[in-house]
Amino acid sequence: MGFTTVFGSLSRYEKGTMEIINDNPKYYVFSNVFEVAAKARPYEKVAVAKNLEYVIEAIRAEGVSPWMACSHDEFAVVMDGEVEVEYVKLDNPESVAPPGKEGTVQVQGEPKGKRMGSVRLKRGHQTLLPKGAAYRFRASKPSVMIQQTIVGPLTVQKWGEICYH
Amino acid sequence: MNAPVEIKLPEKIAGYRTFTLGQFTFQRDEYFVTITWPTKGQRQSHTMSADAFLRAMMRDVAWGFFYGLVNFDAVFGTRNLYGRVELFAGRYNEAIHKAGLSYVEVFDTPPAMAKFKEILGDWVNEGFDPFAAPAETGAAAAFGEKRGNNLKAIDRFRVATKRMPGLEGDSPLRDDYAVNRAFADVVQDEPEIKAEPGFEKELHAFNLFKYLSRSDVTWNPSVTSVCKQSLFCPTTEEYILPIIHGNDRVEWFVQLSDEITWEVSDRETGRPRARVTMKAGDVAAMPADIRHQGFSKKRSMLLVWENVNPDLPKRYERGELPPYPVEF
Repeated sequence: MGFTTVFGSLSRYEKGTMEIINDNPKYYVFSNVFEVAAKARPYEKVAVAKNLEYVIEAIRAEGVSPWMACSHDEFAVVMDGEVEVEYVKLDNPESVAPPGKEGTVQVQGEPKGKRMGSVRLKRGHQTLLPKGAAYRFRASKPSVMIQQTIVGPLTVQKWGEICYH
Repeated sequence: MNAPVEIKLPEKIAGYRTFTLGQFTFQRDEYFVTITWPTKGQRQSHTMSADAFLRAMMRDVAWGFFYGLVNFDAVFGTRNLYGRVELFAGRYNEAIHKAGLSYVEVFDTPPAMAKFKEILGDWVNEGFDPFAAPAETGAAAAFGEKRGNNLKAIDRFRVATKRMPGLEGDSPLRDDYAVNRAFADVVQDEPEIKAEPGFEKELHAFNLFKYLSRSDVTWNPSVTSVCKQSLFCPTTEEYILPIIHGNDRVEWFVQLSDEITWEVSDRETGRPRARVTMKAGDVAAMPADIRHQGFSKKRSMLLVWENVNPDLPKRYERGELPPYPVEF
């Protein structure tokens, strides 16, 4: 008999369960990225996991995002749908994302620099969002990504709305 | 340290060598591994199934004693002190510890690791792969009298990645590996990369799900992205996590496919605290004061997310950080 691998999607996901024996369910900070993205605004960066300064954000990709940049590497994995990423090598990256400032920042206006190219991602594909580059996402229909980064000014924390408690 | 006691051991049982590490002894026979340690002027003993012991020891070796506690079962295990390692028996078993029968001994990591590798080298028979799911290895080969070895199978370690697999000078992708039988339906396409001239080595993407579908081991995380001290360590899971992992920091799971149930208990006592069933897209934290063991009925993809800041264990021990990651 063959196996069927079950991935989730915006239109089809089933959230797991918790059976508490002697604990506080809040300690497990249990959410689901598809449920979070289903209720999010396009490109809202909703934290679904946080380990001190580090964070994983669930992102609903839909339409075109603002240009963003970061002082350190970030990574995105597409969990559902298709997302195109465009990259620009910034002429002055430190003026956009200073070295001491962590997390994603929004680029004001159009990024100044050379066009690096683009990457088209489908479900399960991971891309590098390299330090020193500006990037923006484009999705023709609602899609879902997770992004590995550090808590920044664009990170939205609304744990009480997204987690079991 | 306890006072040394006389240890009389046969050199071999059923062809398997007998080992000592400090005051611990390790013997295996056709079916079982027996561990003994000194306590109250005598020796206390504990027995495990040989296959379960070897699967646990394999992870401990491959992970370099991992983060925090690696409980082989409810009695025996290791605690990583990062540069040194503590072997314990009964220390994190409430009944044994309260009875005064527990024992811990600290070793420098290299000799302890060398001894563990020596044990695996001798006790893993030809045809038994302690990294594989039970349905994929000769389970019967784990038992019986000693028959050859499987050094190739036990010589696999965690893949070290500096930034992201597939980048120049970084860890390799797995295009040469076969797709696992349980992931035969996973799409094997690759991202479309259109790099402008001069940026070919700066743009990078790969199919993470394809990469995972080609993992030839279970419960053995590999790093696939590095954001300072934040590491994505995805892994493929089938059957039971061969160890019960006791955290020394908060750890996070993102269930990428299928389903895993986690049994969570108190790190110090082993008392049950929760049962957490995660399905595709679920995200959950494992607090810093628990131990957990996963059960995956179908091979699944799990993203383990670690913060490898070396100061964290001490900060949690001192109570500077709450054992859970978020207040809400």
